[in-house]
Amino acid sequence: MDEVLHLHGLRKSFGALVATDDVTLTLKKGEIHALIGPNGAGKSTLIAQISGRYAPDAGRITFKGQDITALSVARRARLGLGRSFQISAVIPEYSARRNVMLALQSRQGHPFRFLKPVMWDRSLTEPAAAILARVGLAGRASVPAGELSHGERRLLEIALALALEPACFLLDEPMAGLGAEGTARLVTFLRDLKSQAPILLVEHDMNAVFALADRISVLVYGRIIATGSVAEIRANPEVRRAYLGDAA
Amino acid sequence: MDRREILLNVVLAAALLAVPLWAYFASQPFTITMSTRIAILAMAAVGLNIALGLGGLVSFGHAAFFGIGGFVAGIMAQHAMLGIPVLGLPASNQMLVIWPVAMLLSALAALVIGVLSLRTSGIFFIMITLAFAQMIFYFAISWPAYGGEDGLPLALRNQFPGLNTMRPLPMFLVAYGALMASLLAFALIRASRFGAALMAVRQNPDRVAAVGIDPFGLRLVAFVLSGAITGLAGALMADLTRFVSPSMMAWTMSGELIVILIIGGVGRLFGPVAGAAILVGFEVFFGGLTEHWKLWLGLVLLAVVLFARGGVIGLIAGRERHG
Repeated sequence: MDEVLHLHGLRKSFGALVATDDVTLTLKKGEIHALIGPNGAGKSTLIAQISGRYAPDAGRITFKGQDITALSVARRARLGLGRSFQISAVIPEYSARRNVMLALQSRQGHPFRFLKPVMWDRSLTEPAAAILARVGLAGRASVPAGELSHGERRLLEIALALALEPACFLLDEPMAGLGAEGTARLVTFLRDLKSQAPILLVEHDMNAVFALADRISVLVYGRIIATGSVAEIRANPEVRRAYLGDAA
Repeated sequence: MDRREILLNVVLAAALLAVPLWAYFASQPFTITMSTRIAILAMAAVGLNIALGLGGLVSFGHAAFFGIGGFVAGIMAQHAMLGIPVLGLPASNQMLVIWPVAMLLSALAALVIGVLSLRTSGIFFIMITLAFAQMIFYFAISWPAYGGEDGLPLALRNQFPGLNTMRPLPMFLVAYGALMASLLAFALIRASRFGAALMAVRQNPDRVAAVGIDPFGLRLVAFVLSGAITGLAGALMADLTRFVSPSMMAWTMSGELIVILIIGGVGRLFGPVAGAAILVGFEVFFGGLTEHWKLWLGLVLLAVVLFARGGVIGLIAGRERHG
């Protein structure tokens, strides 16, 4: 059983607009599966259904062999669906360290503990320091997340997903707004990360996608028009016409 | 909390204790009663501070819990005096019996109101909590058994072991002790895992859900704890004034608690103490000069909102940092 995440015929429409049209997609152990598509193709709507924010009108989502279609965002996260947001969504008043500690405490069980101060809790502070070091934010641990630079916040997003020790990563445009250097660093990092858990990567940066992806699915008007290796997608005439244009 | 805020808190706690002690030796019972009022209102606002300050839940209905606590104290006192059981159980005029009952009933009311209103947010949450509080307010007015609109006087204050609560200073010490206990509870909650998650929910509920913590459960527990503490303060207020009436549940009371927090410092440990002291101070000093004292309070509120968003505590101790 090496399919970690499986979408079966997902469908979602808003009025007359069909945003997700019979999408079937798998994410296998050890792979990076990139989801690409032009703006308005329905990538965000699809991500929202996987993470649990929207309920699909039809179809099922199985995760680690379990049907999660009806579960809440929080339940899915506890099962091991670690996500980053397209627009950095961190806890702005909390330091980077406390952001990571929040994700760690969720992993360690229910949040209804009222007595022990978190800052004295070494089962939170020590792993938080290790995770921040891993993404390269060790020196910025005490800075409020709202005061971090854009690139640092993108890294903190990754750190929050890491802290959940997820069975699969759902990364929504992790490279967005990063410079060339930051993107290169993140590419290296994600290439290592996929051995820990497979990654469903939504990304606009084609160079990064071609460098990282084991498989690519192309979403156009809510439909997956092709799935295949980097070479297959590059060669696919339909994809070239719909999306890549003459640039590819 | 940084050093400056801790120092400020110690000064406020000491001052609230020192003033009535001085008043006792200077034979100024009115000052003791005024200090007791500050302590009790501060405690009611400590309750609201859990929902509003930590959880970002702008409840415009906390007067309901304050009033429920008050009616528990009043009804128990009356039944105990007349020797009539309440719902088949013997009534008691012991504060240590009344307090858990007041907290439990306020918590139950908060649970029901919370389950229904926490499905909304923003202005809708404000309006729904207000609507529930008004329902309870009108119920109290139309319930003749305990005085209805006229209210219910307490012939005697309820009792606390070893203290004569009918005298001003012991009554103050009871209220002060309860306030300190509620502040300790607030500090523990804020530093705990629950508090960490709750404050995060105020800032970004989507992120909290995405790390696997359900915001609804956190908010509901916070709302219930919040209601219980405000309810306990209501029981003390009934004993202080020896009178309960539906006016304890009026929407102006909910507004007063919010004003206390905004002036003192929303989410800050001693914000309720600073805010309550300023509110009662204005009421006493400007209330003696003009019946329009609330106009001056309004100006202070305006100044705080415009120039000192962290309230008095924020103005003196600076912004809050979560290392």
